[in-house]
Amino acid sequence: MSMQKTTFGSLENFEKGSVQVIDDNPKHYAFSNVFEVASKSKPYEKVAVGKNLKYVIEAVRAEGTSPWFAAAHDEATLVMDGEIEIHFVKPDQPPVPEGKEGTVRLSAEPKGKSMGWVKVRRGHMALLPKGSAYQFRNTGKPGVLMVQTIQGENTVEKWSEICQIKP
Amino acid sequence: MSTAATPMTTGKTLGYKTHAIGSFQFGRDEYFAHIHYPGGRHIMQVDAFLRALMRDVAWGFFYGTVNFDTVFGTVNHYGTVEMFIGLFNEGYRANNRHFVETFEAKDLKAVFEGMLEDWTNEGFDPFAAPDETGTVYGAKKGNNSKAIKRQRLIANRMVGLPGDLTFRTEPLNRQFQDVPTDKPEVHAEKGFENEVHAFNFFDYVCRSDVTWNPSVVSCVKDSQFCATTEEHVLPITHGNDRVEWFIQATDEIIWDVDDRATGRPRAKVTMKAGDVAAMPADIRHRGYSPKRSLLIVWENNDASLPQQYASGKLTPYPVAF
Repeated sequence: MSMQKTTFGSLENFEKGSVQVIDDNPKHYAFSNVFEVASKSKPYEKVAVGKNLKYVIEAVRAEGTSPWFAAAHDEATLVMDGEIEIHFVKPDQPPVPEGKEGTVRLSAEPKGKSMGWVKVRRGHMALLPKGSAYQFRNTGKPGVLMVQTIQGENTVEKWSEICQIKP
Repeated sequence: MSTAATPMTTGKTLGYKTHAIGSFQFGRDEYFAHIHYPGGRHIMQVDAFLRALMRDVAWGFFYGTVNFDTVFGTVNHYGTVEMFIGLFNEGYRANNRHFVETFEAKDLKAVFEGMLEDWTNEGFDPFAAPDETGTVYGAKKGNNSKAIKRQRLIANRMVGLPGDLTFRTEPLNRQFQDVPTDKPEVHAEKGFENEVHAFNFFDYVCRSDVTWNPSVVSCVKDSQFCATTEEHVLPITHGNDRVEWFIQATDEIIWDVDDRATGRPRAKVTMKAGDVAAMPADIRHRGYSPKRSLLIVWENNDASLPQQYASGKLTPYPVAF
């Protein structure tokens, strides 16, 4: 077999598949596309595209500089499009109470010690470590992130807007 | 009439052993695997059987049901395993022709591993895409122990962190030669090297030398990102005992989705790069990947879920809207 070109998606160029119903309801599959969702989202709006009880996958439009976020548990992010810096701070005081779940948006950069930063591009995954505060910075064209986390106060659910409804 | 009472001789002159556990007996000849059980016999092409057997062994019987085909398979009860004929086949069930026997998982795994070792010939890799492996047909010729002893890779927190799963050193797969291998920039301050962490996820996954074998790459408590490269057809039909999700990272996979209990078709789901879809807890699914593609299988590893779905406490659909 010959080498075939690998097809990626991007904000500017994506093709969405579909659910072809035989004997079912397409809503059961909650079918969406992260690029389409991000194309209609506000910067750093955390839109759930997957939900498995308390766990979620959020699609995030990475445009400009985000608020500072934190969580009491690990999170992970996978870059699907663009180039983004993530800056980390270890706050002097825990930014989120122990046991609270989901991403918390902080009102400002917390006082604390710089942990460092990463620059990630499409296909790169970064750890958003528990107990840290972090901020996304994107000075280029808008990008797309997926965040593996737990549903929290900043998770936006708008399934009827993002999912295939009609057979 | 029970044919299983008669000792199997299938394949003995070809150099293959027969294998047995409980009331089941397994034999192979040049082309086929033969399964004898009280009340009847079943037959599968041996390459399809070994590809399915490989996944069942490597995954530790996986989440829920591993259907080798529309008749034979296993159901994982996490400690014990049901091996069945026709349990999820409407015709077998309607006519009471199904057969089920329960085994300790370790005992069944041992028999499956022995069968896999015995029946896999030199040059045949049941984990590989058809274009990447030799044939399994014919009389016994050598073995391929190295290929069949690969284990499912499981990161505790994230691949590449100190003390966790290490990066792959295999070359990029032949179908992923155009996937960027650049590394992220990581600037960790002293003392935070174990927390400020990033890696090239696509590069890591595209070095996998197996197909249809999800490995855990990142975890948020029981939330597991299981990444895998897919090519040709999923060798089993997976029956869910919980909701799982697919995130298509590159290329395209077409899924046949059938009712878990009866096998009646319910949907076809075509997923392209960036698509996200749930697989409900009451279905079975089989994927077709025309080109090697990168798929993220997102699992909830909470051990209480099978019982909660089976009892009806949880709806099989993840989102109501």
